[in-house]
Amino acid sequence: MNRRTMMATAALGLGLAFGGSVQAAGMDKVKACFVYVGPVGDGGWTYQHDQGRLALIEAFGDKVDATTFQENVPEGADSERVLTQMALGGCNIIFTTSFGYMDATNAVAAKFPNVMFEHATGFKREHPNVSTYNARFYEGRAVQGHIAGKMTKSNKIGYIGSFPIPEVIMGINSYYLHAKKVNPDVELSVVWAFTWFDPAKEADAAKAMIEQGVDVIAAHTDSTAPLAEAAKTPGVIGFGQASDMSAYKPSPRVSSIIDNWAPYYVKRVGQLLDGTYAQADAWEGIAGGEVEIGEITDAVPAEVKAEAEAMRDAIGAGTYHPFTGPINKQDGSAWLAEGQTAPDGDLLGMNFFVEGIKGDIPQ
Amino acid sequence: MDLSSINPAVLIASLMVASVPIMLAAIGELVVEKAGVLNLGVEGMMIMGAICGFIVAVNTGSPVAGFLGGAAGGAVLSLVFALLTQVLLANQVASGLALTLFGVGLSSLMGQGFVGIRPPLTSAVDLGPLADIPVLGHILFRHDPMVYIAIAVVAGVWAVLRFTRAGLILRAVGESHEAAHALGYKVTRIRIMAILFGGAMAGLGGAYLSLIRVPQWTDGITAGAGWIALAIVVFASWQPWRVLIGAYLFGGISVLQLNLQVAKVPIPPEYLSMSPYLITILVLVIMSSGKGRKALNAPAALGQNFHASR
Repeated sequence: MNRRTMMATAALGLGLAFGGSVQAAGMDKVKACFVYVGPVGDGGWTYQHDQGRLALIEAFGDKVDATTFQENVPEGADSERVLTQMALGGCNIIFTTSFGYMDATNAVAAKFPNVMFEHATGFKREHPNVSTYNARFYEGRAVQGHIAGKMTKSNKIGYIGSFPIPEVIMGINSYYLHAKKVNPDVELSVVWAFTWFDPAKEADAAKAMIEQGVDVIAAHTDSTAPLAEAAKTPGVIGFGQASDMSAYKPSPRVSSIIDNWAPYYVKRVGQLLDGTYAQADAWEGIAGGEVEIGEITDAVPAEVKAEAEAMRDAIGAGTYHPFTGPINKQDGSAWLAEGQTAPDGDLLGMNFFVEGIKGDIPQ
Repeated sequence: MDLSSINPAVLIASLMVASVPIMLAAIGELVVEKAGVLNLGVEGMMIMGAICGFIVAVNTGSPVAGFLGGAAGGAVLSLVFALLTQVLLANQVASGLALTLFGVGLSSLMGQGFVGIRPPLTSAVDLGPLADIPVLGHILFRHDPMVYIAIAVVAGVWAVLRFTRAGLILRAVGESHEAAHALGYKVTRIRIMAILFGGAMAGLGGAYLSLIRVPQWTDGITAGAGWIALAIVVFASWQPWRVLIGAYLFGGISVLQLNLQVAKVPIPPEYLSMSPYLITILVLVIMSSGKGRKALNAPAALGQNFHASR
């Protein structure tokens, strides 16, 4: 047993001894820290998380120190170092804002039982001080799919996937299902970029799609590059991802999914301040305000816009679930029966395409 | 799988665009190596060009000024290399690698305030009726000016190296610096000028990435293009026109791999993404095995420092 594992074990022991300390009494001042996968200026995913951080300062003023954040932290071993440093640096709550920090977050959380960890989009909560939070992006993808199916002239729509993880796959499925519903001839091309943030690669992927006749592009990566590429070809449209990306209005950006993390961040830090904080697994969508649909521009015909907005409202009201049966898996086997809606467990572990999507998910 | 959806004309047209940055950087490095200097800092100079060009273009609103700024940025960084290797006689391999690391870091620092900004757009050259020729018009005559400038630079370098006195002197310095020195040529001065040219071309290639191809600034935007440019020089066995072919080949692979993905060819995308680098390694291995440098046509004094006192 080397020194490091010994320290870890000792810390773990301490953590067990004071297991109840997770529901600590209120605090006077909270230091909230953030780990970002891209730069704040990406105009998408990381930008929105940083808006949430700024909302904390706005909401709590002197009672919260939310000035600590680190950008461009690679997923993997580096993130563990950054997290350890933050925990040692006196952070009370650390938000790790990308799927790939999952294991690192849990590993570091084991060593610092008195620091709260909040991991975005993950599903592992191995220690009492790890909470996860996510947003139901697939609800927004349903609205985009509807617009895509109505707007495409070539009947070819595209989706730039980042990594083949459930969060992305469920977005692809939702997007395709709703495009197919209004346009049975629609075909979906998926390109895996294997990155969250690499504008050059994202632009190249969009370009390759456009060259093959794709005229509606949805991106599950963090930058505005796919929209910048779409802007070069008239008639090609796309969607803002994570942030409104309003610089590309009214076209190519015809609508967007906006992640609004501020309410969640304010709620969690508030709970830490007043002592009601507890481990949680949050997954809000349009109804909870975490997923917002950005303005649908005039590039979309009024009736399509009205339908898309009606779908948004139905999802928000809980009367419509984007994954409502009958839905078959890609191989033709049944997934959801008539009228059945997808259980959350199925969604969180989703590793299959629905029937009609061509191509395989890289393993 | 639906290969028919790949339009060859469009593919070739985008291959020409994708190969511009590596072509410019490679032709610059070719001149440097022809003068007997091995500058492994191409990646660093490219990325400096990318950020300097971006900053200038955003501040002036002019893409032309941006490209000039990019070339200047690459050249200024290459001056550091020239100082280290030509004046202080430091090891060229180590200095080149250091230059890359330095360039990547410095560009990241300089780019702090420029993430997420849109640069001014560069429009395509209007070639009038030429652009309307079926197929050929789409392949050849609808590009931005830099595509043509890059080819012109290759042609220019070829002509200068082959037909002019200056080219002869440059090659003489690269083949035997002592003989060139004995004939009265200023070896160090000629090499510094070659290094500056290489830096400027690499910078221009980098600026193309941040101003036209992406167009955006992001850390590490060159993503290994500089190393591919170095490989192309070896691949081309130090001959300008082969640089053009090499650049099209490497650019073509990166374009093709995304197109194959869209066409749903059942090859895992990981293999396709790594294919340009695999081929780079393969080319380097094939080129450097066999009968040694002579067979490769490498400049005889490549990588050797020169001091007049010896």
